[in-house]
Amino acid sequence: MIFAVISGFLSAALLPLFSKINKNLVPKVYPFVPLGIFVYLLYLMPSVLQEGSLMWNYPWVPSFGVDLVFRLDGLSLLFGLLITGIGTLVFFYTSYYLKGDEYLDRFYGYLSMFMAAMLGLVFSDNLICLFVFWELTSISSFFLIGYKNNDPSSRKSALTALGITGFGGLVLLAGLIWMGFVSGTFSFTELITTPEVFREHSSYIWIVVMVFVGAFTKSAQFPFHFWLPGAMKAPTPVSTYLHSATMVKAGIYLLARFTPILGGTAIWQETLIIVGGITMLFAAVHSLFRTDLKSILAYSTISALGILVFLLGVGTQDALLGAGLFILTHALYKATLFLITGIIDHETGTREVTRLAGLQKVMKPVAFAGYLAALSSAGVPMFLGFISKEIMYEGVFHSSSLAWVLTAALVITKVILFVAGFWVGVKPFSGNLPAEYQKVHLPNPLLWVPPCILAVLCLLFGVLPAVLDGFVQAVFISLVPEAPEIHLAIWHGFNWILGMSLVTLALGFGLYLFFKPSTNLILKTQTFDNLSPINIAESGGRIFKAFAWKWTGFFQNGYLRNYVITILLFLTVLAGYRLYDGVDIHLDWNQISQITPSEFLVVVLMVASIFFALITKTRTGVIVALGIVGLANCLFFLYYSAPDLAMTQFSIDTLTVLLFMLVLVQLPRNRSFSSRKVRLRDGFLSLMFGSLIAILALEVFEAPSYTEVSDYYAENAYILAKGKNVVNVILVDFRGIDTMVETVVLVIAAIGVFSLLNLNLNPFKKN
Amino acid sequence: MKSLIFQTASKYLLPLLLLFSVFILLRGHYLPGGGFVGGLMAAIAFILHSFAFGLKETRSIVRLNPRYLMPIGLALSIMAAVSPWLVNLPVMTGLWYDEPIKLIGMVGSALVFDIGVYLVVIGSTLTIMFSITDTI
Repeated sequence: MIFAVISGFLSAALLPLFSKINKNLVPKVYPFVPLGIFVYLLYLMPSVLQEGSLMWNYPWVPSFGVDLVFRLDGLSLLFGLLITGIGTLVFFYTSYYLKGDEYLDRFYGYLSMFMAAMLGLVFSDNLICLFVFWELTSISSFFLIGYKNNDPSSRKSALTALGITGFGGLVLLAGLIWMGFVSGTFSFTELITTPEVFREHSSYIWIVVMVFVGAFTKSAQFPFHFWLPGAMKAPTPVSTYLHSATMVKAGIYLLARFTPILGGTAIWQETLIIVGGITMLFAAVHSLFRTDLKSILAYSTISALGILVFLLGVGTQDALLGAGLFILTHALYKATLFLITGIIDHETGTREVTRLAGLQKVMKPVAFAGYLAALSSAGVPMFLGFISKEIMYEGVFHSSSLAWVLTAALVITKVILFVAGFWVGVKPFSGNLPAEYQKVHLPNPLLWVPPCILAVLCLLFGVLPAVLDGFVQAVFISLVPEAPEIHLAIWHGFNWILGMSLVTLALGFGLYLFFKPSTNLILKTQTFDNLSPINIAESGGRIFKAFAWKWTGFFQNGYLRNYVITILLFLTVLAGYRLYDGVDIHLDWNQISQITPSEFLVVVLMVASIFFALITKTRTGVIVALGIVGLANCLFFLYYSAPDLAMTQFSIDTLTVLLFMLVLVQLPRNRSFSSRKVRLRDGFLSLMFGSLIAILALEVFEAPSYTEVSDYYAENAYILAKGKNVVNVILVDFRGIDTMVETVVLVIAAIGVFSLLNLNLNPFKKN
Repeated sequence: MKSLIFQTASKYLLPLLLLFSVFILLRGHYLPGGGFVGGLMAAIAFILHSFAFGLKETRSIVRLNPRYLMPIGLALSIMAAVSPWLVNLPVMTGLWYDEPIKLIGMVGSALVFDIGVYLVVIGSTLTIMFSITDTI
C-alpha cells in the first residue's frame, strides 16, 4: 500500500534521470503509474466491500504519535479510484494535448506528485499525515496552475490559489493539533469511537471553525471561491484532474470524514447548509454570466461543490448517500465536459461559447461524449445524474421544518446547472457549422477516447445502477456508520420527488431555449467588482507585502554595525529585564580569591590598550591594541592553569590580528572613525552589554556546580582512552563526535567564505 | 611588506613553526596541545610567509591547494571514528597498538582522528585567508 501511495513521488523524483535518457518516452510510460494503482485498488475492492476497511501501519514519528497509517474504506476507495482512474485518462490525454511542449516531462512530474499527495490524503488515517499530504496537493496545484510560467496572469492565479489554500491549510493544521490535544490521539479510527469528547469540550467551536476554514478554502466555498476560476489558467488536463474531479473535493472529503466526529450539532449542520447553499446558488447564477467554456465549468464546479457541502449540512441519511453518489456522478460528467472543452480549444483555438456551433459534423465521438455528459449533468432518466439527483431531492425533502425552502434552493441550482451543462456539452456541437470551422477535424484518439469512456460510464451506471450497489453501500457505511442496506434503482414510483425531477428538467430545458449566453452580461457584473472577495483578498495581500517590505528593510538594512547593535540591544534588554525582574544579585566576596600583583598588571595593560584603541587615529593601532587585549586574556588562562585554552586563544588571536591586518590595512585612511554622537551611543551600549556579561559571569559562581562529569573524565582519561591530557581526551575521544561535527562546521564556513568571495555578483566587474 | 628582516626571519620560521605544530599535535594526548592548536599554528606559519613574500610565493611552496586538505582531513577523522566498526566495537571506541613507536609514542585511532582535525583546520583557515587575500 505504501508503495501505491509513494510511487507517484518516486516517479516524480526519477523523472530528471528518466527524461535525460529519453524525453519522448516519458509521456508513453508515465500513464501506466496511475493505471497500475487503479488496477491494484480494484483488486483490493472485494476485500474492502467484505470487511468494511483495510489498515496498513508504518511507524514514522512514533514519539509524536505520527504514524503512516493508511486506511482504505468505502469513501477513500471511491476517491482512490477517481484519482487513479481519471488520473490514467488525464495522463494519456495529456500525452497528446501537450505534445511537443518543451516542459512536458516536468508536467508529468507535477502530475505524479499531485496524484501521490492526493492518494496519501484520502488514505491517511492520521491527522498529521493527512495535513502533510493536504499541503502537498496545494503545492503541486501551484506548480500546475503556473505551468505556463511566462504568462503573468498564470503566475498570479497560481499564487492566489496557493495563498488561499495554503492559508486554509495552516488554519486546518491548528484545528487538527487542537483536536489531538483535546482527545489525546491523532488517529481517525480512534477519534471516531469517542465523538462526544469534542462536542462537550469548551473549545469545540474553535476546532469546528478551523476545520471549516480549511475545508472551505480547499473546496472553493463562498467567500473563498474566487481562486478556482483563476486556476482555470492551468492547461485543461489540470483543470479536469485537480480543479473538478479530485483536489477541490478534498475539502468535501474532510467534512465527510469529520461529520461522524464533529457533526450532529446545530453549528456544524447549519453552517454547512448556509455556506453550501449560498455557494451553490451564487456560483450557479454566476455561471450563466460567462461565455468562456472553462469559466462556465469553473462556476458550475463551485456550484456542485456547494451542493455537496449543502447535502452534508442537511445530514439526513439520504442526503449523505446522495452526496456520496454525487461525488462520483459529478466527477464523471464534469471531467468529460472539461476534456471535450480541451479538445474544442485544441482544435478550433477558441473557448467562446457564443462562437461555437455545429461541431458534431466534424468530430462525432466528441459530440457523443458531450451529449451524454450534458444529459447526465442535467439528470435525465437513464443517466447516473438522474439517480443521484433523485436521492438528493429525497434527502433534502424529508429533512427539517425548512425542507421546502431548502428543496427549492436545490431545484433552482439544478435548473441552472442543467443550462450550464448544456452550454458546454450540447451548444458547441448542435446547429449549423460556421464556415471558419469547416476544416476542423477529429483529433488523435488519445484525446477523444478518454472523454468517451467517462461519458459511457455515465450512461452505463445510469442504466444498470445495480452494478454500483455494493460499492455505494461501502461508501454509505463510511459516511453513516449505521447505514441501512440500499439498492439503487432507476424507478422510484410516482411521487413528489419524481415531480420535482420533471419540473427541473422542464424548467432547465426552457431556460436553455430562451436564455442565450452573451458577453454583455459579464460587463454588468463588473460594477460589483469592488465588493467581491477577490479584491478584498488582493488588497489584503498588498498590505501584507508592503508591511513585509518595511519590516525586512528595517532589520535587514545591510549594515553590519546595525546588525551588531540590534543583537546586542536585544540581548541586553532581554537578559537585563530577566536579571532585574527575577534574580536577586548578591556577591560573596569571600569566595573571590586574592588579586596578585601580576594579575593587577595584566588588567592595567588591558585597560590601557582599550583606551589606546579608543584614542588612536590609525586602524593598525586599533588592531594592535585589540590584539594586546586578547593576548592579555591568554595570560589569565595561564594563571588559572588552563594551558590548552591559553594556547588556543593565543593562536586564534594571532590569526584574528593577521586577518584584520590583511583586510583593514587596505582601506583608505579616515579623517575620523565616527561622529561624537555615534561614539557616545556605541559606548553606552558597550558599557551596558559589558556590565551585563560581568554580572552574568559573577552570577555563575552562585549557581551550585556539579563536578561529577569532570571527575569522571579526569579519572577515566587514562584508563579508558590512554591519554593524560584530559582536555584533549575529551576532544578526540569522549566527545569525539562533537569535535567531528565542529570540524564539519569549520569546513562549511570555509566553503561559505570561499564561494561568497568568488561569487562575483557585480556584472560590470567581470574578470 | 617587503622588509628584509621580516623576510629572512619568516624564511627560517616557516619550517620551524611547521615542525613545532606537528610536535604540538603529537604531544596532545599527554600534554597541552592537540590537532586544533597544531593546525592553527601551521596555518599561521603559512600566513606569515605569505605576508613576507606574497601569496604567489607561498602557493608555489605549498603546491597542494589548501582546499583539498579539508576533505582529506574530514575523511581521516571519519575513518578513525568508524574504524572500530570493523572489529565490532561501537563507533569512536579508541583502538591502540600495544607497543609504543619510536619518537611518536603510543599510536591509536585517536591520533588519526586528531591528524584529521589538524588537516581540516589548516585547510579551512588557509582557504579563508587565501580567498580574502585574493579578492583584495
